[in-house]
Amino acid sequence: MELTRRSVLQLGAGILVVASVPLKAFAAGEDLIESFTGGADIAEGGVTLTAPEIAENGNTVPIEVDAPGASEILVMAMGNPTPNVATFKFGALSASHSASTRIRLAGTQEVVAIAKMQDGSFARASATVKVTIGGCGG
Amino acid sequence: MMKLAGVAGIFLVGFFGAVAYADPAEDTLILNEDIKMVTKTAAPAHLSDVMDEVYSGWLFRGTETRAMQADDFDNPGMLFVEQAEGVWNTVEGSEDKSCASCHGASEEMAGVKAVYPKWNETAGEVRTIEMQVNDCRENQMGAEKWGYTSGNMVNMTALLASVSRGMPVNVAIDGPAQSVWEDGKELYYTRTGQLEMSCANCHEDNYGSMIRADHLSQGQINAFPVYRLKNTKLNAVHSRFKGCVRDTRAETYSAGSPEFIALELYVSSRGNGLSVEGPSVRN
Amino acid sequence: MADGVKPRVKVPKTAAAGDTITIKTLISHKMESGQRKDGDGNVIPRSIINRFTCDFNGQNVIDITLEAAISTNPYFEFQAIVPEAGEFKFTWYDDDGSVYEETKEISVS
Repeated sequence: MELTRRSVLQLGAGILVVASVPLKAFAAGEDLIESFTGGADIAEGGVTLTAPEIAENGNTVPIEVDAPGASEILVMAMGNPTPNVATFKFGALSASHSASTRIRLAGTQEVVAIAKMQDGSFARASATVKVTIGGCGG
Repeated sequence: MMKLAGVAGIFLVGFFGAVAYADPAEDTLILNEDIKMVTKTAAPAHLSDVMDEVYSGWLFRGTETRAMQADDFDNPGMLFVEQAEGVWNTVEGSEDKSCASCHGASEEMAGVKAVYPKWNETAGEVRTIEMQVNDCRENQMGAEKWGYTSGNMVNMTALLASVSRGMPVNVAIDGPAQSVWEDGKELYYTRTGQLEMSCANCHEDNYGSMIRADHLSQGQINAFPVYRLKNTKLNAVHSRFKGCVRDTRAETYSAGSPEFIALELYVSSRGNGLSVEGPSVRN
Repeated sequence: MADGVKPRVKVPKTAAAGDTITIKTLISHKMESGQRKDGDGNVIPRSIINRFTCDFNGQNVIDITLEAAISTNPYFEFQAIVPEAGEFKFTWYDDDGSVYEETKEISVS
């Protein structure tokens, strides 16, 4: 890649964003996970989070969570001002223990799903969603 | 002057240049697993010199946005159609009439949206569907006119579009409407604003390219009104025109102005043959 | 009660006993996040649907806690088991104390 003034600026801006902005929200997200799991170990796998790689607008991003055998799934947007998005509790007549909804993302960030299994264990899945800015006036 | 043109040139390269070409999607829109929509078709004869095929803006949107429009339950624009259905059947004004009193069920209006804007012989003018709605309100119902891009108006145009979905856009450009159509064509190709850009610079010369992180469409208006994820409401054609003209950094014409009526007729005619899609879902 | 709030649900009219069915729900609601400011720079107070539940013949299918990051006009899709004929009950809880309800009958063939 040829380094132009623009790309250097973008690179610099990217580092700045990674370094500063999400940290506070990320900490809040970690706190939320802590209170959801009570500090228990979290396994990878056992829960599936489906989200677009690129969202055309952060206002309405379709996501799906699916965790067979889960009693609850907590969904978080780690880079939002308030990371908590929703908690799905599955009842006796829930068939697949999956659900879809549409969420707001304040920018490109990691979306995390933590499933609480019926046996009391926890599972985690995450997806990075790039939120694009529109062509004309954002 | 030279300097200004140079700046505009750099700006355009910044907009369109060097970034991946984004083809329209290879996808078919089937509405409610029932109506097959024409989102791609041969360009109408009057465009034969400039393009072979016309594409609905639907083909330039992402997978998730496209899916949202394929099912009425998933399409948030249909919430506003439901609201308009209530208004359609509500008696208002001094004549104790609703839209339904004269027109029957809203489904009876199938095909109407497809041919608007349209020459009105009695009035001796080209009318948009908004003008016709207000004519009905004032002269048939004895009710207050609605604002041109007001919530009630855009909802009603969404209802009228929804019952024509799947029918081909077919606006007449000859006969008495021709001079207005010519006016609209001239506006389409006239550069405006500090950026000196015409509609054609983006939507004819550069459709398929990226404009920042977005796919630039042909600017077809067969799918209006549009539910935008950005502002989570229905947006009227003239509001879109205003946004585009504003983005060239020009003073815009107002919604309902003769200029935008002419432009709407012309731009509609560029999509003759595409299905009526409104209310559609866009970003 | 907030203006223009209207629930919609999509449930099949019939199913075989024990079948899994897909349910879609949508409610028109602004979901004011509490993060936005008005023209004068004052924060617009949060006003959202904060909970949604679906029950069938008194048994729970799903119970969702919504936060401000759920989009305008909250939409959910999920799956339910239909053990017998009966009635689905859908309930949305608004920050302002309003409760919106919708029911759908399903028969078993």
